[in-house]
Amino acid sequence: MESLVISKENFPEIINTIIKSYRLFAPTEENGFSGFNIIKDYSEMDLSYLNSRMPPKAILFNQTETLFLMKPGAKGSIKPKEIRNEKTAIFAIRPCDAKGFRILDPVFLGNYVDPLYKANRDNSVLIGLSCNQPDSSCFCTSFGDSPASGKYVDILFTDIEEKYLVEVMTEKGKGFVNDFSRFFSPASPNQIEAKNAKEEEAIKLIKRNLKVEGIEEKMDKMFDHPIWEEYAKKCIGCGTCTYLCPTCHCFDMQDESTLDKGARVRTWDACMFPEYTMHASGHNPRPARMHRVRNRFYHKYSYYPKNSGVIACTGCGRCIRYCPVNIDIIELMNRVSEMEL
Amino acid sequence: MTENPYQPSLATIEKIKVEVTGERAIKTFRLVMQDKKIQEEFSFVCGQCVMISKLGKGESMFAISSSPTEKDYLEVSVMKHGKNTSALHETEEGDTVGVRGPYGNHFDVEGWKNKNIVFVGGGIGMAPLRSVVNYTLADKNRDQYGNLDIIYGARTSNDLCFKDEFAELQKREDVNVHLSIDVVEEGWEEFVGFVPSNLLRVKPPSKNTIAITCGPPIMIKFVIQNLLELGFKDEQIYTTLEMRMKCGIGICGRCNIGNLYVCKDGPVFSNAQLKNLEGDL
Repeated sequence: MESLVISKENFPEIINTIIKSYRLFAPTEENGFSGFNIIKDYSEMDLSYLNSRMPPKAILFNQTETLFLMKPGAKGSIKPKEIRNEKTAIFAIRPCDAKGFRILDPVFLGNYVDPLYKANRDNSVLIGLSCNQPDSSCFCTSFGDSPASGKYVDILFTDIEEKYLVEVMTEKGKGFVNDFSRFFSPASPNQIEAKNAKEEEAIKLIKRNLKVEGIEEKMDKMFDHPIWEEYAKKCIGCGTCTYLCPTCHCFDMQDESTLDKGARVRTWDACMFPEYTMHASGHNPRPARMHRVRNRFYHKYSYYPKNSGVIACTGCGRCIRYCPVNIDIIELMNRVSEMEL
Repeated sequence: MTENPYQPSLATIEKIKVEVTGERAIKTFRLVMQDKKIQEEFSFVCGQCVMISKLGKGESMFAISSSPTEKDYLEVSVMKHGKNTSALHETEEGDTVGVRGPYGNHFDVEGWKNKNIVFVGGGIGMAPLRSVVNYTLADKNRDQYGNLDIIYGARTSNDLCFKDEFAELQKREDVNVHLSIDVVEEGWEEFVGFVPSNLLRVKPPSKNTIAITCGPPIMIKFVIQNLLELGFKDEQIYTTLEMRMKCGIGICGRCNIGNLYVCKDGPVFSNAQLKNLEGDL
């Protein structure tokens, strides 16, 4: 790992230089929330954010996208989707959201490779920005991660007051930094120390902890526990938690067509909706909200770890922040953790 | 270019056979891939599924109802129910559809050699079993299996699928067919009652026997219960499950039972597996 610094005076210029050769996504202000958008100038960027409302998973796994084009009808035909390879940089992605991609990789790049996700993933440089001010819903540290972790990004920026400390984490990151080397200079031990101090301070700001130890085994014994019904009674089934989750990846596939042209389109879907599992026969394996709420928490903390060896939650806190009825995953999972059976 | 696993291959409907008419209409579609190479390379095992789509109308997962010994085509038997299946029922021979697959695990027909097989089917649930029936009855395979008993029923005699094929099988010495319908009908000479009851009446011996069942969830439940009563062990009982599916390849998330996805970890499960599976069925 190489540690560099860039001065804040030079910062607008590097961003505007990157924009010339990259599709650059960065946090901007939209409708009172932060969101990752393609920016054309440094001035559009708004770094006074805790995190974006919509996770940057939407950049690699688009909310709605065409899978292929078709001519419908009796003598129909198919036109393959052109996979675009656009050089992309995601700037100021938080470590928790970058981890989200690491969790999504086995889903989209497993036995069957999703060509759209793969192209986006391969063509994107993840440039993280450490969280110096995590809030009361953040809990990345519960999973052994840190708000200033460079583990899941190619390059990590950390604001150390007069400069940014720039840690180059991967070969891809190295290539990127080399392309813009004139903006960077080597970091001094003091500057590296300043980053470590920022990280320590930030970790101290995270007050809440989700007790993950042994939770999967505990859940093996709690499938029929009344706690799921208790939380389901509160839930209104809006699906916000799934749409804003950096690891939720469920989607629907639908044909959209006129008489002579059409497309198969995929759109994010949510396990909170009853239609999600409804058979054509009318039978529904998850007919009640309790079944759907239970499935969501089991997917994150039991099924996904069983299949991929990692909890499908990064501690980003969005589901807590945006739940309209204040369902708190930390509170729920800690009750599960502490449950005496 | 990376292959797109969501993009189907084109196939021509070579033959459409009307199995059941009326409200719960069923047709069997014989499909041949338009690209000769794809057809030649398309190989599957009994119990596997394919995604079939009337382009522009959606896509649905079906069990392949033909036997893998028939290499020139594949067949699916489709009940008219939703948007895509209704559109499929309106197609004509020669029309084009999209096909993806085969997907999922399969019946262990290799491992079942020298065993007796009892098939217990209800309604459209006979479709995946037909693949195994025709596989085990194929000339080159028949002497590798023991007794074959087919216990099959539907609501009415009209609702029975593959009627003409059962009429042929009833003439054969090397397979026993036990049909049933749920309610009395004039002229019906075979069993009247539900499939699980017919199973208890036929009483197939459990020794060295595999039982495979498919039908409505409630039927499967009582068939398994009755098989256990007849002395079958959990490891001798297999079923194939249905779930709503979209991607068919374990990505889109909806067909899980516990941590397993029916599209890729199923659809075939033994009762030994089902018993240990905690999830929403």
